[in-house]
Amino acid sequence: MKLNAVGAILAALALAACSGSGGGIFDGSGETGEAGISGDEGSIEQSALRDYEPDSAEYFANLIGNTIYFEVDRSHITEQSVQVLRHQAEWLSRNPNYTILVEGHADEQGTREYNLALGARRAAAVSAYLTDLGVLESRLKTVTYGKERPVSVCSFESCWSKNRRAVTVVEQELGG
Amino acid sequence: MKSTAISLMLLLAVMGSAATELRAQTAPPLRIVITEGVIEPLPFAVSISATGTEADQRMAADIARVITSDLEGTGLFRAIPQAAHIARPQGIDVPVPFADWKAIRAQALVQGSTRSVEAGIEVNFRLFDVFAESPFGQGLRYRADESSWRRVAHKIADTVYHRVTGELPFFDSQVAFISESGSKDNRMKRLMIMDYDGANPRSLTDGTAIILAPRFSPDGDLLIYTSYETGFPNVFLLDLRSGSRRSILRTADMTFAPRFSPDGSKVVLSLTRGANTDIYEVEIGGQARRLTHSAAIDTAPSYSPDGKWITFESDRSQTQQIYVLRTDYGEPRRISFGSGRYGTPVWSPTGDYIAFTKQLGGKFHIGVMRADGSEERILTSSFLDEGPTWAPNGRALMFFRESPGPTGGPSLYSVDLYGRNLKRVQTPEFGSDPAWSPLRK
Repeated sequence: MKLNAVGAILAALALAACSGSGGGIFDGSGETGEAGISGDEGSIEQSALRDYEPDSAEYFANLIGNTIYFEVDRSHITEQSVQVLRHQAEWLSRNPNYTILVEGHADEQGTREYNLALGARRAAAVSAYLTDLGVLESRLKTVTYGKERPVSVCSFESCWSKNRRAVTVVEQELGG
Repeated sequence: MKSTAISLMLLLAVMGSAATELRAQTAPPLRIVITEGVIEPLPFAVSISATGTEADQRMAADIARVITSDLEGTGLFRAIPQAAHIARPQGIDVPVPFADWKAIRAQALVQGSTRSVEAGIEVNFRLFDVFAESPFGQGLRYRADESSWRRVAHKIADTVYHRVTGELPFFDSQVAFISESGSKDNRMKRLMIMDYDGANPRSLTDGTAIILAPRFSPDGDLLIYTSYETGFPNVFLLDLRSGSRRSILRTADMTFAPRFSPDGSKVVLSLTRGANTDIYEVEIGGQARRLTHSAAIDTAPSYSPDGKWITFESDRSQTQQIYVLRTDYGEPRRISFGSGRYGTPVWSPTGDYIAFTKQLGGKFHIGVMRADGSEERILTSSFLDEGPTWAPNGRALMFFRESPGPTGGPSLYSVDLYGRNLKRVQTPEFGSDPAWSPLRK
């Protein structure tokens, strides 16, 4: 299974930057695979970012945002996460041929078994929230990874806060 | 998998003239009493002779090395190096030159002999109380496959440890654990098994699925563990003799944190339904029975040695704490009341303590307490110490210690019941989730 939560950060960057023009964005990260500073001093190249199909899983992961974050040892949906989940629910309603797996994760500051149970709580909280917003329960599954799959690997709060997360993974049904 | 088709025959040694001598009544007894106090390690010597080829000589030296390492590894014994020995290794039925051993202040002498026999190796040994100038217990003979020489050495060390301390032995045992490799955000976690001292490690799974927290059956023939091979955490049972593997419970729910009952007929585990994790008891090949009913997280269950109780952790009082519960009736009773959070309780095989992981002040600790919560004692402290498992005799613990940061990872450590003798246990890669086997058959 591919765990993609970096997407949330990219999505946040993209959304923030997209509000201005329809043109490409150059953020210097080489995200386009082409943009870069040429050998000539002072010359800057610009190229277009890749567009995602609005109904694709990549669009959901990168532009809707598939990840929300939790407080230490808690599993309630924070105010900051409400908007992301609303967008998720809207997209999922527009795209009924996708199945949904919500992964719950915890940071490394906890024992293994407890963190598995805590990750399950977080995944269940997201699942319940999406269901309340009209997503069919039959489309939703949850899984916990506890502290087994961090995305940020330092041992400080700056990383731990990114690991206390739930990721909504969508997959197109075969023939859908 | 390879079952070490061991034909470990334990025969009574032919009693020589030395064995019939009476133990001197005047000498102080050769005895270590394990208590909380600081112990001066008991000086001993290992002297193993070999008849025959150079390979036999090497075998004798290897066996002596493992016996020495086992006994010194407890922190209770101190070996006198062979270079200091005055007496040379000699046959098993030859009078012992006690004066030579007294001169180098050896209190105990492990004297042995090895030879190749048609079916493998034969090892004889006697333990002597040097100052009493007499044998200490029965001489023993082992016949085994050559590949089992380490087990023979462990059994000899076990006999010495048992006679001198009065405690049950533990060297002839194994450890199942999780071998971790790859980057911290994409760890490969395989199931491995090795001798308790890190020798003979071998993989039991290939790393395609995350494996967590193996536990041995009471007879040591089965392992139970959590695997993500279905995409979800589920408890699986592995038969170490046949290599066959099966799911323990047909359920759409997530299951993890399994442990066997002392009679091996049942498994206690955590089952997650929606947001709620409770504890269930599962008959092997039978039905599941729910043991806890709170909306809290109830997990990490472990049976008492008589099978009548379980201890587990729950956050029903807001933070993780340790509880005990009779398996037949009644309400859980909280036993941890110190500051901090308590998790992963595990009952000692001898029943006298419950070991746990404690989180306090930004650190993790391994500790022990009585089953009523009294006499709490913290044994270790680090960024992350977790998951204690008991030596089969209940006198030592193994756990894993994880170092912080992007390149950090877990290693196995052992420590005795009093927090002494903290030691790293070698594993081929990062190692976590140790499970100490029962004493081997």
